[in-house]
Amino acid sequence: MSQTPPTILYCHCQYAQVVPKEVKDAVLKKLCDSGIAFEAVADLCEMAARRDPALQRLAGSGAVKIAACFPRAVKWLFHQANAPLALDTTEVLNMRVQNAEEVIAKLLSSELEANLPKGKVTASDAPKPEIAELAN
Amino acid sequence: MSLSDPALRIVLYEGSGAEPLDGPARYSAVSALLEKGYAVTRSAADRPVAPADRSPLLVLGRFNGQPPEVPESDVTIRFQDISALAPAQLGDAVETVRNESGAAKHGAWKPWFPVIDYDRCTNCMQCLSFCLFGVYGVDGDKHIQVQNNDNCKTNCPACSRVCPEAAIMFPKYKAGPINGDTVSDSDLAKEKMKVDISALLGGDVYAMLRLRSEKAKSRFSKERDSDKALTERQKCLIKLAAAGDIPPEVLMSLPSPEEIARRAEEATAKAQAALAAQKA
Repeated sequence: MSQTPPTILYCHCQYAQVVPKEVKDAVLKKLCDSGIAFEAVADLCEMAARRDPALQRLAGSGAVKIAACFPRAVKWLFHQANAPLALDTTEVLNMRVQNAEEVIAKLLSSELEANLPKGKVTASDAPKPEIAELAN
Repeated sequence: MSLSDPALRIVLYEGSGAEPLDGPARYSAVSALLEKGYAVTRSAADRPVAPADRSPLLVLGRFNGQPPEVPESDVTIRFQDISALAPAQLGDAVETVRNESGAAKHGAWKPWFPVIDYDRCTNCMQCLSFCLFGVYGVDGDKHIQVQNNDNCKTNCPACSRVCPEAAIMFPKYKAGPINGDTVSDSDLAKEKMKVDISALLGGDVYAMLRLRSEKAKSRFSKERDSDKALTERQKCLIKLAAAGDIPPEVLMSLPSPEEIARRAEEATAKAQAALAAQKA
């Protein structure tokens, strides 16, 4: 039985210099060369700050592989955007510490190694953001 | 930028009715758009992409003058033929569409704000009582949460230093565990030490800042040589910045001592009310 492959999400960390430029550029270049479908965002932090509905779409679209930074930060960034990630179908590749070859190999692999921190809070029981400034 | 404005979503279309891009051209186009702050979907048949929502949508492609037909939709969809555009021109063309659509402008604000790790947070409210800028609040169940991201002072991770559980992250910070790296036992010991240091300095960091600020003002009033006074103030700020990891520009922009006291009282009252409600 064929399974739907995971969505691929790449973060360019545009507004800080904490992800090595050579790593993020090499990962993006390989993604573009591969010809596969992917989502690229300029900066996940910026999207989380604005509670961008795109994060809910991404978190809700099934299995996802994310090339960004530390899994703990990514998990709670999505939560803060009211878009909690599924713990068992999300893999985060860390471009701050992993090299480009490793990141791209894992992004393109048919295997998914879920690696979000498994703590006391899950997608369903996390406190729900109530953002007065954004309430309509 | 208002954080509530919808963002323009961009789709790089290479399907039926459009000429596909080769790898280098695709990379140039996507890079140019990311550097302008946009999110880009590169669709293909092999795997899913995020479905549409009500955000305005711009579809880019080499259409040779004939954009693909799309079914009727509530979403505003615009098309841009990129056949003749260099990457630099592409960014400008998209900016024009963004302006016309009224979508959010990116890059006006560095996204620097705290992110709470609820696996670690014990809801002690120390962050709420510490922050003078109203970044934190509580939800209906009296759980701490980040409510006003854009009130946070860029590059200032001070609240993460007072968290006894190392539960506050700033993903763009240089070092762990504040950047989201795994928290070790030694990190926890360090965090506790920092709280103790702050207590030794007079109960809280803001009390220390207030005292420093008053001393600096006093020096200004007595000092005839303004250059010397300025040097002294800068020395003072550098010391504080080094001790507490607080950027000098944040210290320079602190409100008056009276206003600091008022805000500190307000924040403490909020935290105490939340803690009392938890116990009730």
